This record gives sequence, structure tokens and C-alpha cells, in this order.
Amino acid sequence: MSRRTITELARALRAREVSSRELAAVALARIEAADGELNSFISVEPAMALAAADRADQQLARGEGGPLTGIPFAHKDIFCTAGVKTTCGSKMLAGFIPPYDATVVSRLAEAGIVMVGKTNMDEFAMGSSNETSFFGPVRNPWDPHRSPGGSSGGSAAAVAAGLVPAATGTDTGGSIRQPAALTGITGLKPTYGRVSRYGMVAFASSLDQAGVLTLSAEDAALLLGAMAGFDPRDSTSADLPVPDYAAQLGSAVAGKRIGLPKEFFDAGLEPASATAVREALRIYERLGAKLVEISLPSLALSVPTYYIVAPAECSSNLSRFDGVRFGYRHEGAQTLEELYKKSRGHGFGAEVKRRILTGTYVLSAGYYDAYYLKAQKARQLIADDFRRCFADVDIIAGPTAPTPAFRLGEKVDDPVQMYLNDIYTIAVNLAGLPGLSIPCGFSAGLPVGLQLIGPHFGEGPLLNFAHVYQRETDWHTRLPPGAAVGAPSGAINGGIAPEGAPTGAPTGKPR
Amino acid sequence: MSWETVIGLEIHAQLATRSKIFSGAATAYGAEPNTQACLVDLGYPGVLPVLNAEVVRMAVKFGLAIGASIAPRSIFARKNYFYPDLPKGYQISQYELPIVHDGRLGIELEDGSSTSVHIIRAHLEEDAGKSLHENFAGLTAIDLNRAGTPLIEIVSAPDMRSAREAVAYMKKIHQLVRYLGICDGNMQEGSFRCDANVSVRRTGTDQLGTRTETKNLNSFRFLERAIHYEVERQIEVLESGGKIIQETRLYDPDRDETRSMRSKEEANDYRYFPDPDLLPVLIGADFIAQVQAEMPELPEAKRARFVAEHGLGTADAALLAASIELAAWFEAVVMAAPGSAKLAANWINGELMAALNRDGLAIEASRISPAQLAGLLRRIMDDTISGKLAKQVFELLWSEGGDADTIIDKQGLRQITDSGAIEAVIDKVLAANPGQVAEYRAGKTKVIGFLVGQIMKASAGKANPAQVNELLKRKLQG
Repeated sequence: MSRRTITELARALRAREVSSRELAAVALARIEAADGELNSFISVEPAMALAAADRADQQLARGEGGPLTGIPFAHKDIFCTAGVKTTCGSKMLAGFIPPYDATVVSRLAEAGIVMVGKTNMDEFAMGSSNETSFFGPVRNPWDPHRSPGGSSGGSAAAVAAGLVPAATGTDTGGSIRQPAALTGITGLKPTYGRVSRYGMVAFASSLDQAGVLTLSAEDAALLLGAMAGFDPRDSTSADLPVPDYAAQLGSAVAGKRIGLPKEFFDAGLEPASATAVREALRIYERLGAKLVEISLPSLALSVPTYYIVAPAECSSNLSRFDGVRFGYRHEGAQTLEELYKKSRGHGFGAEVKRRILTGTYVLSAGYYDAYYLKAQKARQLIADDFRRCFADVDIIAGPTAPTPAFRLGEKVDDPVQMYLNDIYTIAVNLAGLPGLSIPCGFSAGLPVGLQLIGPHFGEGPLLNFAHVYQRETDWHTRLPPGAAVGAPSGAINGGIAPEGAPTGAPTGKPR
Repeated sequence: MSWETVIGLEIHAQLATRSKIFSGAATAYGAEPNTQACLVDLGYPGVLPVLNAEVVRMAVKFGLAIGASIAPRSIFARKNYFYPDLPKGYQISQYELPIVHDGRLGIELEDGSSTSVHIIRAHLEEDAGKSLHENFAGLTAIDLNRAGTPLIEIVSAPDMRSAREAVAYMKKIHQLVRYLGICDGNMQEGSFRCDANVSVRRTGTDQLGTRTETKNLNSFRFLERAIHYEVERQIEVLESGGKIIQETRLYDPDRDETRSMRSKEEANDYRYFPDPDLLPVLIGADFIAQVQAEMPELPEAKRARFVAEHGLGTADAALLAASIELAAWFEAVVMAAPGSAKLAANWINGELMAALNRDGLAIEASRISPAQLAGLLRRIMDDTISGKLAKQVFELLWSEGGDADTIIDKQGLRQITDSGAIEAVIDKVLAANPGQVAEYRAGKTKVIGFLVGQIMKASAGKANPAQVNELLKRKLQG
């Protein structure tokens, strides 16, 4: 097995079968070998990674550190990292080096994680295919002609391909769950407010939430435990205790009620994906859970609502990129107005501009009530739907995305088609609920994701549902054809060496 | 037909917190440019605002002082516009749900008449930075020290009918915020400034005329001048058949005129919406009660108490209660010299004020302390020194410091109360002025004033005047 979970790596580190430095070196070598093709990283930080790995090794040698100490890791390039370029996938921030660490970054660093680099993403997290990145699209390790999804496409591809065992992502409308589904890995979006947004470049502040892309629910539980919790720097972070998520895994799901929204299984869902999801639900039934049909009547409002709320907030959040203090500045401007127009005109890509324009429009005098206020009301209806359902069920299940990975270029010129890819994920953000995606089968050789949605701050039970499923199935251990290419086997000792021989570059020639 | 002036003011008072409204950066005035701006003030990618609790406390204090409603739930909103000294591209302010609404403030005019002004709302917001256009040869420099400084914007109804009323209202708010300790009131530094909405209409009509808004008036005089100019301009336009354009204007103190800045059509569409980075501000009865308990005595109450408790005249009481510092100074004197209230009021409103004005000092910077003045008043009260000579002592205290007793001794100013010594002087003067003595005895008693003057002169002003009078009469009659 060439991909190892954090849980497995932590055990090997504790047993001194491998050092953190060796793990970091393997990750760096794999990135070097595979990422020319995948394009999942925007920056790689070998010196920083090896130094952090050495510190972790010293800690481990003293018998200190926790389950994350010494684990190689990647951050989505939306999280500010002190002294390390943070681009947000945009030309606007292509040269931006933040002077501070995001709370997520500093908390994981304190937990001993070893950051090897920053992953590619849709520009300012606006996109569902990773094609809006200024640094080029990311390729799906399962098929390099296809998108890994987005906006956390770089993190998803890097984890799926075995370059790193886990990475952070952010999810505003499905940006963790959809790429996790499309690349066959586990992706967790926590409850809004569970994880601090401080230091995460803002897209839509009332929807953005940091989470993780991992190889297992168990790993997601470990990481969430380290990331979550109140942050005095983020007023919207919840001041609630953080449970030991990992310790709570493994409880029985017998007798639990799983709600299946009938709107999730409509004509828009690709048949093979529907089959895979229904198969997964049967596993739960076999474990004693009860499947209950439910309805989310306002679900149809979620995509239009989202495409008012998110652009409105982004139009304001992105105003700070004006060429004055940081980021891209167009040098040809003669006047202040020209400076704004040229810096923003050249610094932002087409999708970002589209959303800024949409957002500016819906907040304008005379349109605010018709769009923004109405969207807020619709948002409330959607949240009410979920609240009603959670009075009756423990968890809601369905597909993560309507189709498996689509081809690069297939939807990029049709924003509405692209937006509809998030039809099952967006409502969860609008309601602020935790959701995750786990692999549950294949459609024509491409992974399919099962989405699980919990009530507010119900990450514990949510992760448990995913974990018991992963104990019963092995979809999450399936490898894409090109996973872990070029891992120098000599660099790893004992049982940790990649068993599967490197299979070379991903099959097929990218277009 | 005559015209009626209608004025409403928007006063911006900088709240006297140590740190900014949404960050931990200091708010002190006058630091090197851009040394008091942290990442939050600079609007760096990823940073978030966190509300300073002290700002809420101060706003509630203000609300209670004007008898306003305190919103149980208020919301911060973003006001979106591009400007280089506005780092985020939006200002965090309050729009639909301000923290304070519907208060009232009584104002008195110099002619003794009074009126009251409805305060529609007072909301919290952050200040922007400063654009510096001078000294940079065609470039503009940005100083973000002020960015994020907390402001309370106090919006009145169009209830004022003259520049004098507007000035009286602005002064009243100025006094109030200083009393409450929520604003230093320093107008030169921009801590207290206002925008004036001015319109005119035919006397007797109810409908408001089209208004103009004159921005950033940072002195009472500028407010008065700007309103006068604007009223005259508007009447002139209307009387010559023109129309007033709703616009923003700037007052130029050098030319004493207002100039158009931008019209309504050119105004920004600020696209206000609730700031998703900040939670609603929830204020409960407990918090309000707590703030209520911390409220200082307000000007009216203090004035009334000075009259009732210290027996001062209303004019003296009003002068002393004008500022909380002066009132405290007065009370410190009375505390150190019990029974001196009236005397203290006279001395503070007279000698002390004159000396402060002469040296251009505020009461806080007085060169003489309440204890020093009290020391002097005690000696006046116990007849150690005459009121006249006390002025000399005061001047010495002011210019050289020290205490009254030492100065009185050193300068030999102690009053002569020994009747033998006074009689000796009287005898000498009577002997030297036989003509006047004869006149007095012939019934021209007025001449006694001349004799008293001569006696006082002969004693270098130190003889106790009451004793002099008494002894002199006895001798002349005897």
C-alpha cells in the first residue's frame, strides 16, 4: 500500500520504524516526481518542511508529541502562512507573502504537523473544477483529462495521489466535499464556526469554513480535534468545548435514523452514482440503522440563493485588493481610478470578476431588497428545512455530486452548468451544517462520493457514521492508477515502504 | 416673506478608548505615520475584526445620558466604497439597527431661552486613515494610524432653527461627551467634528427645503460661519428663482465660504449590508444597569447641586459646571477649605480664569493647584490677609509656586489686627489732616473715605479695614 493514513504513519513514527524527516523527504520526492503532471501544488517548501520534520523527530525522540507530530501535510493556498507565499490561486496575490499564520496553520503546527507546501485551488476559492486558478488546472489522479473538482482541487489531488496523507481545504459551497468525492477521498466540512476563519483569505464570510481532505474519517477526526475551537481573533468562531473526536469513533449505528432527502435522488443524479450511493446506504441498513425518506422542499432555492449571498459578500471582501497596499499593482496607471481599474482588471480572473459584478449588483440601491434580502429569507427557509428534518433523523445522507469527475474544459465556459455541480452541497453551507464526503464506489472507473450531513456541531456522530462505513468497506483504500509515483523506496525503512511499485505518470496524455 | 433656517447635525465624536474599535492597536494621537496600524487596520487578507467591548459601554453611556433607547440587538454593516485611506474598501459602521436611538437633549441659548433637540440615532463606526496630499510632490501619502479609531456618530433631527442653536447644541454634546469621559473633545486633532445639514424654507411652511450637507466642521466658529454662509447662499439662489441642489459641500475657513464637493448623482452607492464577520451586539438590562451605576453626575444635576449645596448663584454654578474638570477643581478647593464655596467660586471664575486665559492654559494645566488656592482662601477667611493683598499672593503662587502662608510671611502681607498698632496709624493720619477732621466733625461725614484711604496707605494696605473703620469713627466722634 503506497498511501498511508495519518493513523498508520503516527504508529510507525512512534515505533521508530520511520522518521519524520524520512516521511517529509518521501512527500517531497513524490511531489517532485508527480506534480509536474498533477499541478496540485502552487509552492513547495523543502527546507522549511525538513526543519519542521527534524523538530518533530526530536520531540518524538523525547517521547513527546501527539498523533499529528511529524506527519507531512499540505495547506490549501488560501491559508496565510508567515513567510510563505499565499496566492489564493490568483495573479492578484501571486507574490504575496503574509507576515502571519492563519489560526488553522498555527494550531496544526503546534500539533507537530510538517507542512511541505501549499496546494492549488480555484482563484479565491471561486470554482468547482480548479480551472479558475491563475496557476493552471489541477488534474485528477484517476484520469488526468478530468478535473479533481474544486475549489480545493489541489489538496484533493495531492491526497488522492499519495503525495501527502492529508491537507486542509475550505468549503464555501462544497469546495471540500465535491473534490473529495471526485478524487475518491474523505473530505470534512465542519459546522460554520467550529474552526477559526482567521487567516483564511475570505471569499464569502458567512459560508466559508475550513476543513480537511484525508484518506479516512479517523484521520479527519484527528485533524479536526487539533484545528477546532474558539479563536478570540474570529468573532464568528464558536465558544464551545472541542470533543476528542478520534476517541469517540467506533460506536454502533444500530437504531440510528438516516434521512434520505428525496430531492437528492432526482433526475439530475447520474444513474451509476445513484447506484453506488444506494449500495452504501444498504451497508448502514445492514448495521442496523433505519433509512427514512425526508424532504427538503426549499432545496431548489439553494443554488440561486447561494449565487446571491456568496457574490454579495465576495464583492465586498475582495475590495481590499486595490493595488494600494499589497498584492498586484498595475504599473501603468496615471490616476487613482486607473490604478483601481487596471490593478483589479488585470489582477482578477474572469470567474472572480463575474462574481464581484454579480455581488455588486445585488447589493445596489434599488436591488438590495429584491435580491440580497430575499436570498436571506430563502436561506432561512433552507435552514428551517434541515432543522425540521433533524428533529426526526440523526443524520442525512445522499450523493455529494450529481456526476463523477467531469472532463477539464467541459463546463468551464458554462457557469450555470458548473454551479449546478454543487447542487447537493451548497444547502449545507447556507444552513451552516457539518458535512462530509466519503468514497462509496465507482462510476465507469471514477470515484463516487457519499455525502453525510449532521446537525450543528454534530461532527462527532458524523465522523462516526463515516468511520463505521470505512470499517465495513475498502473504497477509501482504492488507489488511483498513478498514486504515489516515484516514491524512492530506499528512503523508507521497514513496513512503511510503498509496496505497490510506482506505476509511473498518470495514464493518458493530458490535453 | 421671510425665510426659516432648518439645521440638523451629524456629530462624529472619537471614543476615548486605548485601542481601536476592531483591533488591539493603540489609538494615541500624533504617532509616527503608520506605526499604530496592525494587520487588521491594514485590511490584510484573512484578518477579521473583533469588537472592543469598551466601545459598546461608551455608546450605552451616551445613550443613557440623552435618555435614548438602547437597542437590545444592533448590527454592524459594511459601507462599501473605494478610497486609498480606507484599507478594506469598506467602512464598518451601523446602518439599519444602530446601538442608540431616539434621545433628546435640552439646550439653552445665551439670551436665556431654551429648546430641545431630538437625537434620532447614535451609531458606532470605525474612522478611516488620512490621505496626505502635501509635501509629497504630486504623490499622495497614506497614514493609517487613524484607521479603525472608534467613532460615535450622533445624528440629530432637523430641529435647529439658527446657527446659534446649532452651535449651542454642538457645545452641549461636546460638554456631555467630555463629562461622560467617552471623548476628549479635542477639535484641533479631529476628535470632535460635525457635518451640518442646512436648508431654508418660507416661514410658516411645513415642508422641508432641499438640504446641503457641509462636511467636517471642526470648530464651533466654523460651524457658525458655514451655516451663515450656506443660509445666505441658499436664500439668494431661491430668491433669484433658482433651485437648491442636494449635494455635499466643504467649508473653506480661509475664504469663509462653502464649496460644492459632489452632487447627489455623483454620490457613492454604498451597498450597505450586515457585516458577516461580526455578530449582532446584544445588550441586556443587566449591562445597562451596570453602566447606569457608573454614570457620572451630569451638568444640570451638578449645577443644581452647586446652588443647593454650596449656595452659589446660578451664573457662578453654571460657569463652574461647564466642564467636569473645572467642577472637580472647584469641589477640591471647597473640600480643602470648608465653608469657602462662594469665595472659591469668585476666585475661580475671576482670578483663576483670567490667569488661565492669559497664559492660554486649560484647567488641567493650571499653574496653581486647588490645595494652593484653598490655602489662600483660608487666610482670607481667617482675616490673616485682606482680599486685596490676596491677589498679590495669588499672582506669586501662579508665577513662583509655594504656599500662601509662606508668601504672606515672606512678603510681610499679614493683616494688622492689633488695635493698638492700628490706632497709632490713625492718630498719625488724623494729626496730618486736621482740615478733613474738622470737615467730618462739621457734618461732612463723606470725608471719612479719604481718611480710611490714607490710613490704609500708611499701613501698606495691611490694616484690617473693618477695624480701621470702627476705630476711626470712634476717634472722630470721640
